[in-house]
Amino acid sequence: MSDNWKEQLYEPAGELIKVENVGFDGREQLTESEELISIESVDLSYSGKTGVIKALENITFNIYPGEFICVLGPSGCGKSTLLKIIAGFIKPTAGGIKLDGAEIKGTDWHRGVVFQNPPLYEWYSVRSNIAFGPKMRKVPKAEYEPLVDEYLAKVGLTEFANKKIYELSGGMKQRVSIARALINDPEILLMDEPFGALDALTRESVQDLTRKIWWDTGKTIFFITHDVEEALLLASRIIVLSRHPGKVIEDISVNFSRQMIEDNAADIKFSPGFYKCREKLLKLINSQR
Amino acid sequence: MKKPKTETCLTILTVVVIFAAWFLATGSGNVSKLFIPAPADVWKSFLDVLSDGYKGHTLLDHLGTSMQRLVIAYLLCVVTAVPIGLLSGYNSKVRALLEPIIEFYRPLPPLAYYTILVLWLGIDEESKLALLYLAGFAPIYIACVAGVVRIREDYINGALTLGANKRQIFFYVIFPAALTDVFTGLRTALGVEYTTLVAAEMVAATAGVGWMVLDASNYLRSDVVFMGVIIMGITGIILDKLIQLIEKHIIHWKGRN
Repeated sequence: MSDNWKEQLYEPAGELIKVENVGFDGREQLTESEELISIESVDLSYSGKTGVIKALENITFNIYPGEFICVLGPSGCGKSTLLKIIAGFIKPTAGGIKLDGAEIKGTDWHRGVVFQNPPLYEWYSVRSNIAFGPKMRKVPKAEYEPLVDEYLAKVGLTEFANKKIYELSGGMKQRVSIARALINDPEILLMDEPFGALDALTRESVQDLTRKIWWDTGKTIFFITHDVEEALLLASRIIVLSRHPGKVIEDISVNFSRQMIEDNAADIKFSPGFYKCREKLLKLINSQR
Repeated sequence: MKKPKTETCLTILTVVVIFAAWFLATGSGNVSKLFIPAPADVWKSFLDVLSDGYKGHTLLDHLGTSMQRLVIAYLLCVVTAVPIGLLSGYNSKVRALLEPIIEFYRPLPPLAYYTILVLWLGIDEESKLALLYLAGFAPIYIACVAGVVRIREDYINGALTLGANKRQIFFYVIFPAALTDVFTGLRTALGVEYTTLVAAEMVAATAGVGWMVLDASNYLRSDVVFMGVIIMGITGIILDKLIQLIEKHIIHWKGRN
């Protein structure tokens, strides 16, 4: 892939994403059809003790190649549910999701998932966990072995290749989880609050790693978080969901993570622009309580 | 040398106290040898039966007969109950088919349906093996079902997102993930089968440790009875330790996640 997508991501800002044209009542007036994933009027409700509960209402937006989308929202707004629908774990009550124009039916390896609590297989070593995808897909061993080494290096775990899973720290487990999903070269990487359980220092280092992988590989990432700062530090676009039922109430593009990489601006989170953006999003989310 | 743990010392203490009490009780001469034979007598009968045998069979013959029954039935259980149990856990339709049979016979005391088995298979080995097999099947089956049912959904969803199909998920995810529970079932089953074995030999047999103990009690040979009971106890512990050893070797991740 050429580096063209990086330019298109922000310049001109609205050209590709067309945030301005999106009516949050659910109508999107995009004419081009180069979106990777299109989510159309997705509703999800389930029956609880007090009748039918609506978790998601009329979710409509497109995901374009190379985007790093962070979905923000108060807890219980159904953001993880949205990810599960895209992954194919659950079916929406109404509406549909298309990947490259084809309706998503069930779960497959074209959408890699990084879970909050990484379900790594303790009976395998780090190396075998990363090789799991290609092995299941019957990729010849000679073909995936070098790939495993490559991804081990990418997530900085080369020396830990033969360790057992229980010998790893929380941050390392999440790195294995990322490598395991990426080795399949999925169309999109879905990450469900992946760093929520990590301590601040570890979180910062895996955030840096994720940002770098996104920028270097051009992989499309869909990232769920409840942490406004995390979203601002990673995303190229932030979608905010409201509380009960989850509706899209904000959809903006941000470029702090790009600045961090291109200008090596590690201290961007202390800049006034970052502050302003953070305050605005916090206010929006807090108004939902 | 490593200092032995307090718990180990306490375990040894229990054994020592029991033996001391045994020696004291029988040494004073106040207790009838019929109720509690002296340790020396039990030891002597052990050596006697070991070399000359009891009613035509040496101790090793008796033990061998029992162990043969146990091992054959147990292996049959392992190769059938584990796959059927795991499959039942994975597929609710298979479970629905098998559940009524298991639920019905599981709480029955094995000796209750032993008579039916004898009626069908005769008084010889076949009925004993069938009894042991049935006794061991239920605990393994139930543990396997429980092991599969409680697997984290993310384990399976994760495998799906990595490109595994249903069959691969069964062999590469479900089976290893359920192994801890499978081994719990295997240990329980061994215990149940062992208990059942002794009971079965007491009903109809001409050899085996269980039979030896029952027969000796008919002739008031307390020394042989005690010896037999001790042998059974020790064998039981050894068998259980053996399973634990295999488990530790296979499930290296147990208790560390």
